[in-house]
Amino acid sequence: MKFADLFGRQRSASTAHHRLQVLLMHERCGGTNPDLIPMMREDILAAIGKHISVDPEKVRLKIDRGETVSRLEIDIEIPTPMRQSLDRRASAAYLR
Amino acid sequence: MAQVVVVTSGKGGVGKTTSTAALGAALAREGERVAVIDFDVGLRNLDLVMGAERRVVFDLIHVVQGSARLSQALIRDKRIDTLFLLAASQTRDKESLSDDGVERVIRDLRPSFDWIICDSPAGIERGAALAMRHADLAVVVANPEVSSVRDSDRIIGLLDSTTDKAKRGEAIEKHLLLTRYDPARAGRGEMLGVDDVLEILCIPLLGIIPESKDVLHASNMGSPVTLNNPGSGAARAYEDAARRLRGQQVPVVVPSEKSTLFGKLLGRRAA
Repeated sequence: MKFADLFGRQRSASTAHHRLQVLLMHERCGGTNPDLIPMMREDILAAIGKHISVDPEKVRLKIDRGETVSRLEIDIEIPTPMRQSLDRRASAAYLR
Repeated sequence: MAQVVVVTSGKGGVGKTTSTAALGAALAREGERVAVIDFDVGLRNLDLVMGAERRVVFDLIHVVQGSARLSQALIRDKRIDTLFLLAASQTRDKESLSDDGVERVIRDLRPSFDWIICDSPAGIERGAALAMRHADLAVVVANPEVSSVRDSDRIIGLLDSTTDKAKRGEAIEKHLLLTRYDPARAGRGEMLGVDDVLEILCIPLLGIIPESKDVLHASNMGSPVTLNNPGSGAARAYEDAARRLRGQQVPVVVPSEKSTLFGKLLGRRAA
């Protein structure tokens, strides 16, 4: 534990250095347009909404800025059709 | 004709006010005529660090708004007669600093001084923008710590785009003053080293101020560290930085772990 602790500490300056390099590279190019993610979110919602009904709250966009590439993660939660029809049947039964 | 220097950092608490006072006093002690101006309207502290808090009658805002003359507002230091302070207002808000008013103050001060040192407030708002606007030269104060280095990078970008000099198409000189540096921790890889910070920020090094108890002691006493304890490591580092500002070639000494240990062995306070 002591050795690992020592080793971990030793590396923290180089971790700081690396994190700063990656961050500032992005920030110096003006960074990412702050409206980009919300705008894309709207577009994606509209595109998918044509085919499936999606709860806007269930669309999550994440960005991870990396050294050579950045990763954009789109996570859309869609209701399972099976479940939906079961729900519908249940509510129909209830109404009856 | 004075050189206008802005002491800036973006991040708060890295040592802008301490450095303004220490550099101002070091320059004045060499016979230079120095005016230090506090731009931190509403949160002034340069007066306190310089030990002049009980002598402030008129401040920068009074002069900017024309309700006091510069000669009334400039407070002469009791220890060095070529050092003057123009305090910030403690009560009014930053919006009372007008662009024209600040420009007039700087223009009126220029002929009577060799150095005008503007102590910038933290942040990138109006006060910080006005403190840097008229600068010929910037001292960017940073700690060897990620958030401070990031904010310094942002400030360097603003210096290159928003200052009058930059807008005229001239290059604004920028120098890095690395403060609170702990050579032993940097040596063990626990803290960003001088080279790490220089490589990231890409501006020339004005000086390295070691982490030192003398700095807090000096501010407790209301005296710039260069006057309060001239023999201390921090004071000597500031004095060297002041000489470099004057254009003298003074080699930068990275405070080393070895001397710290040596100091400890001798029972002295390190750095």
